[in-house]
Amino acid sequence: MVSTQTPTAAWGQNGPLDVALDVDSASKVFTSGRPFLKRLVGRAGPGKRVVAVDKMAFSVGKREIFGILGPNGTGKSTLIRLISTLLTPDSGSVRVFGHDVVAEEAVVKRLINRVSVEPSFFKKLSPMENLMYGARLYSVEPALARGRIIEILTRLGVDSRSIWSPMEDMSRGMQQKVAIARAFLSSPVLLLLDEPTTGLDPHSRREVQAFVREIRDAHDATVILCTHDMNEADQLCDRIAIVDHGRIVALDTPAALKALVRSDERPTPTLEDVFLELTGRSIEEDIEDKK
Amino acid sequence: MSLEITRELRSSYAFVERNINLTKRYWGWEVVWILYTVANSLAVVLIAQGVNSSVGSAALTDTQVDQLILFLAIGALVWHYLAVVFETVSDMISLERWEGTIEYTFMAPVGRSTHMVGSAIFSLVYGFLHTAVVLVVIVLAFRLDMSNANYFSAALILLVGSVSLIGIGIMGATLPLLFPERGMQMTHVIQATLVLISGVYIAADQMPEPLASLSVVSPARYVIEGIRAALIEGESVADLWRSMLGLLAAGLVLIPAGVQVFSWGERYAKRTGRLKRSG
Repeated sequence: MVSTQTPTAAWGQNGPLDVALDVDSASKVFTSGRPFLKRLVGRAGPGKRVVAVDKMAFSVGKREIFGILGPNGTGKSTLIRLISTLLTPDSGSVRVFGHDVVAEEAVVKRLINRVSVEPSFFKKLSPMENLMYGARLYSVEPALARGRIIEILTRLGVDSRSIWSPMEDMSRGMQQKVAIARAFLSSPVLLLLDEPTTGLDPHSRREVQAFVREIRDAHDATVILCTHDMNEADQLCDRIAIVDHGRIVALDTPAALKALVRSDERPTPTLEDVFLELTGRSIEEDIEDKK
Repeated sequence: MSLEITRELRSSYAFVERNINLTKRYWGWEVVWILYTVANSLAVVLIAQGVNSSVGSAALTDTQVDQLILFLAIGALVWHYLAVVFETVSDMISLERWEGTIEYTFMAPVGRSTHMVGSAIFSLVYGFLHTAVVLVVIVLAFRLDMSNANYFSAALILLVGSVSLIGIGIMGATLPLLFPERGMQMTHVIQATLVLISGVYIAADQMPEPLASLSVVSPARYVIEGIRAALIEGESVADLWRSMLGLLAAGLVLIPAGVQVFSWGERYAKRTGRLKRSG
């Protein structure tokens, strides 16, 4: 891994309490072609192994916006699922504000929320109904939640009539804004954003990005942002981990990463140049390959 | 501790409210579902109405035909209620998977028991209301003689028996966790087996072997028998206490067993990545 800066040196000077997320040699391997029933009777073959997360190790400081950059299929979403307690690591550990995601799952769940690339909702329910469901799950007072839902959605540019109409009638961009409101409603101290702006128009994308900054600045939240949008990562993130084939190949501030590949021929490199240099291919090619 | 329980109970209302909202939004489907259930129940009860004409002679007296009508109607109604309770609980995972919300619900800070309590409360109310509509139609269509009925003991045994079905439903809900693509259909196998061995349309002790022996382990058998005894013979709670106690004991075993099985399923799903929305 290329790194000019250790996580705890820059983020977490005050000890473990300043470390929002600590991923320590976490690995996750998926095996396909081993049906459950065959495994029960001991007749399953070895199957096909896919190493999604391969001994990843990094720490994220409190109030940091930490980018995880890499093409589809390199383990970004698996890592987010590990942090969100939706997957258990095969080895290593993941700790959120010092709490292990497996042993202290209930505590971790109170600290986090997530926005994924797909704004997953009950399609026939309205944003208000969906968000009230989320608010109750996170023990937000219903009366308080109703007011906050209207306030956040209005702030995000969702018109008042849409708040009461089925989600299926809304555009994808609008649905994604409701997804952001859902995450924001529970006031998470660690917000996991898994490609939140994919498929959004430039205007909506900027609004979401502004919101991410606000979540950090006004609410002291730490943000983990998975993306394959280089510009987004460059503009938003304090530090970026470049991930390839389940491993972190570089981790540093955007400026330091770009400095790694700066040369006379390339005096003002971009993150795309960094990615190309470190992985041997462009991120766009990789995304196309996966389609 | 009590604060924690209060919080969990309040959170369980999230599932009740969400399901009420979904029922309202899918009202068209609810109408179709009611019509389908009414048609099915009427078709079963009509077998009794036409029994003499089917065999070409007056095999049963009018009184016996009326008794058969009541016997089949109760079987159809009680089974409908139990099936709705079972399905609502066992579908709690399939529904989330189909809507794509499973990951959000599973990463929310609520215990799985809270999730189940919410689903079970909704299933009881929904099942009761649904069955009441079908009951009204059947009573009006066949002018059932309910003069002997002891409604209180019938309702009590139905409530006590629902607990066991909720336990089996929770076990059934594990299947969509383990088998994202076909798990939901597998729960229908459990349901079909229960209807076959529980004496829904024929007295359990009159069923051929091995069904009669298998029926001994089905809680649904005792619910249906108890309700028939209450509604046809007018038996009181005192008369039915053995069945109620047995059902209560079965429920006390099946609910924790269901939760434990589900918990194993959830751990397996988290290890193998089966909580993904698309499966």
